[in-house]
Amino acid sequence: MLELAMGIMLGLLGLGAGCAMIAGIGPGIGEGNAVAKACEAIGRQPECKSDVTSTMIMGCAIAETTGLYGLIVAILLIFVAPGIFTGILKDAIK
Amino acid sequence: MTETAVPDVKSKKFRMVDYALIAMMILPILACIVLKVLFTPASEGVSIAGALVYFEIPAPLMNAYVSESQVNSWAVMISILGLCLYLTHGLTAKAATKRQLFAEWIVEKCEKLVHDNMGGFFAEWGPFIAAIMGLSAFSSLICLLGLFSPTGDVNVTFGWAILVFVLIMYYKFRGGLWNYFIGLFKPIPVFAPMNLIGEIATPVSMAFRHYGNILSGAVISALIGSALTGLSKNLLGWLPGVLGDMPLLRVGLPAVLSVYFDVFSGVMQAFIFAMLTMLNVAGAVPWDDWNARRKKHNKPEIQNTAA
Repeated sequence: MLELAMGIMLGLLGLGAGCAMIAGIGPGIGEGNAVAKACEAIGRQPECKSDVTSTMIMGCAIAETTGLYGLIVAILLIFVAPGIFTGILKDAIK
Repeated sequence: MTETAVPDVKSKKFRMVDYALIAMMILPILACIVLKVLFTPASEGVSIAGALVYFEIPAPLMNAYVSESQVNSWAVMISILGLCLYLTHGLTAKAATKRQLFAEWIVEKCEKLVHDNMGGFFAEWGPFIAAIMGLSAFSSLICLLGLFSPTGDVNVTFGWAILVFVLIMYYKFRGGLWNYFIGLFKPIPVFAPMNLIGEIATPVSMAFRHYGNILSGAVISALIGSALTGLSKNLLGWLPGVLGDMPLLRVGLPAVLSVYFDVFSGVMQAFIFAMLTMLNVAGAVPWDDWNARRKKHNKPEIQNTAA
């Protein structure tokens, strides 16, 4: 009984972690847009290259935040949650 | 600076101090490596774990842990202090050594960055911003030596973010507590919970951004390392003797990837953390309210020059 419950729980945690990483789509599209626009801007005004590049990298790093939230949720689900839920399950079955 | 004689760079005393400062840079890091080797448990296969806990101090509410991230960040602080003392050793009014030129270059760059982003009112913030940037960058880069980087621990980055949050709040309260409280209910009172969440979101997002970037790099490095170990065991396991046991495919590729995940990402996040600190603090000051309060107390008006 405990083994079955544990197996279901770990599988669901894995699925949840995978679903959390869907958050990676948004920053991917957003950063792609940012880089595309930066390339256009450099093409139009090549003398602004250093300014545009530093602003773009800054913006990309900030846009990445939402993806990182998803990553942190996934990491918590994989590495932290099993320890907590295993204890709860053992108590419940006892 | 007072007029001082040009130091004798070749003299024995000068050199001894130099060697002592170089030792101050290197020894803490070596001590960290020794500690890590002594405390790492023997294990098989891939292990992605948080910071090792070296020892616990019993305390009333909850035991205080002295973990790898604390020890490593103190080692980094001592090393940076040694580096600063080394660069400023033998300063003269007229630059005589190469290291003085380098130190001056760092200080000038940093003060220009602060002045460009925060304006003249915050001109003295250079040392604080440089300290945040240097500590963050070197803490992230320490993982190149095989040590756990302190910024990969959410407690460390959250500590820095709370420090920045206190500074932001200090400047927000300059306009008066009542004005700040009223500001939460603008533009309409329904927005109050959202404004409150927005206030708290600043330190949380700063901490998680830095921590997530460093941690994801570390996790990806560990996964690639273990994958290459398994691959070389299967492909090159037939080689005789010790050669068969060695993970030969791990030579090279992880180093190339670590240029992005460890070096670029670490330095980038240090810059971004410092940049966000500057922008948030400089943007927090309510100039109109503050000047109105100062006028009531018959104090001169403050203006932020050319941000």
